[in-house]
Amino acid sequence: MSRIGKITRRSFLVGAVAITGGVAFGVYKVRQPVPNPLNPEAGAAMNAFLVIDQEGVTVVSGRADMGQGAQGTLAALAAEELDVPWERVRVAHGPASAAYYNRALAESVVGGADYALSSWQRSLGAALGEVGKLFGTQITGGSTSMRDGFDKLRLAGASAREALKLAAAARWQVSVEGLTTEGGFVVTPDGTRLSYAELAEEAARIEAPQVEPRPQSEWRLLGTALPRPDMPAKVTGRAPYGIDMRLPGMKFASVRMSPRLGGEMLSFDPAPALAMAGVEQVLDIGGGIAVVARNSWAAMQGAQAVDIDWGPAPYPASSDAIFARIAEAFDESANSEMRSDGPEAQSGTEVSAEYRLPYLAHAPMEPMNATALFTGDALEIWTPNQAPLVQRMAAARGAGLDQAAVTVHTTVMGGGFGRRGESDYSELAARVARQMPDVPVQVIWSREEDMTHDFYRPAVIARMRGVVADGQAKLFDARIAGQGISGQVGQRMFGMAPPGPDRTLVEGAFDQPYAIPSYRVRGYNAVMDLPVGFWRSVGASHNGFVHESFIDEMAIAAGRDPLEFRLEHVRPESTVAAGVLEAVREMSGWDRERAAGTGLGVAMTWSFGTPVAQVVEVRDEGGRIRIARGWIACDTGIVLDPGILQAQMEGGMIFGLSAAVHGKITFADGMVEQQNFPDYDALRMSGAPVLETRMLSNNPHLGGGGEPGTPPAAAALANALYDLTGVRARELPLEGQFDFIL
Amino acid sequence: MTTTLTINGAEHVIDAPEDTPLLWVLRDELGQTGTKFGCGVAACGACTVHVDGEAVRSCQVALADVWGQVTTIEGLGTPDAPHALQAAWLRHQVAQCGYCQSGQIMQAAALLAEIPAPSDADIDQAMAGNLCRCGTYGRIRAAIHDAAAELQEAAL
Repeated sequence: MSRIGKITRRSFLVGAVAITGGVAFGVYKVRQPVPNPLNPEAGAAMNAFLVIDQEGVTVVSGRADMGQGAQGTLAALAAEELDVPWERVRVAHGPASAAYYNRALAESVVGGADYALSSWQRSLGAALGEVGKLFGTQITGGSTSMRDGFDKLRLAGASAREALKLAAAARWQVSVEGLTTEGGFVVTPDGTRLSYAELAEEAARIEAPQVEPRPQSEWRLLGTALPRPDMPAKVTGRAPYGIDMRLPGMKFASVRMSPRLGGEMLSFDPAPALAMAGVEQVLDIGGGIAVVARNSWAAMQGAQAVDIDWGPAPYPASSDAIFARIAEAFDESANSEMRSDGPEAQSGTEVSAEYRLPYLAHAPMEPMNATALFTGDALEIWTPNQAPLVQRMAAARGAGLDQAAVTVHTTVMGGGFGRRGESDYSELAARVARQMPDVPVQVIWSREEDMTHDFYRPAVIARMRGVVADGQAKLFDARIAGQGISGQVGQRMFGMAPPGPDRTLVEGAFDQPYAIPSYRVRGYNAVMDLPVGFWRSVGASHNGFVHESFIDEMAIAAGRDPLEFRLEHVRPESTVAAGVLEAVREMSGWDRERAAGTGLGVAMTWSFGTPVAQVVEVRDEGGRIRIARGWIACDTGIVLDPGILQAQMEGGMIFGLSAAVHGKITFADGMVEQQNFPDYDALRMSGAPVLETRMLSNNPHLGGGGEPGTPPAAAALANALYDLTGVRARELPLEGQFDFIL
Repeated sequence: MTTTLTINGAEHVIDAPEDTPLLWVLRDELGQTGTKFGCGVAACGACTVHVDGEAVRSCQVALADVWGQVTTIEGLGTPDAPHALQAAWLRHQVAQCGYCQSGQIMQAAALLAEIPAPSDADIDQAMAGNLCRCGTYGRIRAAIHDAAAELQEAAL
């Protein structure tokens, strides 16, 4: 049981009046009429980020851990203000609550390119973000955790510190002015000390004054690479992932849903499964079956053995037909034209190209799972997820209950990458549990079920046209067709498709900091019932490749060095973005003479508030190609934790390179053809480049960290391959087109 | 029918079908969840444990075929008394989601038992079967070198 379980239970039991040893501190500045989930009877006055008890300080992050390390840095933001030793800070995920709405998430939907947003546009975004309270956007995604939490958590820590000092002043009958805080104690000028734990109960009753967070020059924790609070448990096998949930009397179940996604189940014969050792029940869960067994393996074997007749797919049945549908979208009116700068007519050398990118699965290491207990009038669910309120809605639907009757516990995640913002696995677990009252059940998917039942990164076709003259880009015209995901995701998460153009189709293309006289980007939405969703870096994951491959083609056509060509067009538009290009130029020794058989490629994408430039070096080793080295430069403005940011940048690049080399989801007979890692692989240590990262701080706005490392990776690699071989890759994946050493 | 296994030095009598893979005996029958399920087909390495010191994919070893003493991540070290590799993993802050790391560490432990001072190529070869979707490879490699050096120093 997580600490937050204890916190909420104790709060429910004790309420606001007689808190004994456990107290939640609020944040004056962000006090809003949102109930504090940690202590609901305390009313509106409290918010919900800090708990101090006899054991120390727990920072309630409200954001989930899928590996990105946000929880630790959020805790450090509060701890910086609170003066507690880092070793005594614990971290917990909050319960499902609108109190943990994500304000920064909405900022990213304001139109316009991030690098060029004016102050008033940012204010508008922030104001929109407040609406998150009403919708309950408790979502970990969009590389927003720091941007959302930077003020919230520091203010939470600062107001708690002031309340503790006031409590100590009252206890000692002295003026608060002379009191200081240090190492978890309030200290008088003569050195008398009172611990936070001793003061917590009184401090909780004090309305803390609002104080400004400390200036960066006084930071002691922030800006350093702190040990992650989750690390000891993760390296000793003790971290409780969703799949590790164990409850007394718990059964294991595995599901099989239509391999034609969203298709019907026409009939099934449970007999072959029921004859197997360890199999206990076969349940009809609507659109598929669940097999309940004594262990996960028996459940998976049983699910595979059930003889099922599936209906047709509600989308074109083959990859060729799906791509034909995507191509048709070019003949329909554009869904968006988010950039149309300058006159279309430009004279010079014409360049044109078509790029094709495949569907991609998320394939986090921990397969989909959730554990549920249905007790007739209530459901409790333990689910590794990025969006607890969405899980609550889905689980309530699955169990046939009101949302108020559902309690969601968010566990540690073995990877997310966007997959766990969806809620299908929670809903299916609830459907299974509903048929097994009072018996806890863990519903675990086989890797094959996980791979073939995803919400895929959409495939796209991009038709590009450019004009270069006098060594300069004169025209950049991108038309991008694919399944825009906003409609589907909006429908699934909030029950409505958002109006207006689908930004996800064109982000990473229309919003890049290039000064080109004629710059236009249009999106074409190929509406299909093939499930698509958020995949690490979303639209920038495909458009980073498209944009930066084509810029490379234009540079070559203009007879220019690709990096110098970029810098010339980027500098006038954004010195911050130019800075990351200059950094990788220096780090990689770009201008140095290279050994024969070496190729270098560069790409730069501004996404989620952060420009990232990457250079890849490939080497010919006996006719085969090694992806040897990579250099990354990013600019998030303030670097809150360089250890974690570096890990995200390098992990993000490996994620992008993995997809570029291997990633491909294809369809035949309406079914996904890739089943498991042997046919949907990722880079291994032996094929991964040695990476070096530089983190710059020239960006005036705090940028995201989890996603921006992914978008430039594929283009940097493809551009390096062109440099080495003269072959331009316009389709992904690259495996099959090039002979890699992996 | 029951089978007796020695896991992390303790004897366990297991009443489960003989063809049940060791992975699921550990996780579901015994509740030892440090060993992870990733693919079920020996393609990711998340379920790596030692049988008599040899790294094996526990998803591919049937209960009846377990030929020796089993060591899992829980038996390698604890947060209070970590193995040299786990200590190196902490120094290098290797894990992101961490889900593959039990298998990575068990694979690395078998490598160091065989090659006390591995080269980059040795490490690449030994670790190629262990997938990490977070991309922590650089830190894993550095942590293995670091642990190898520590162990060699301790042995002197």
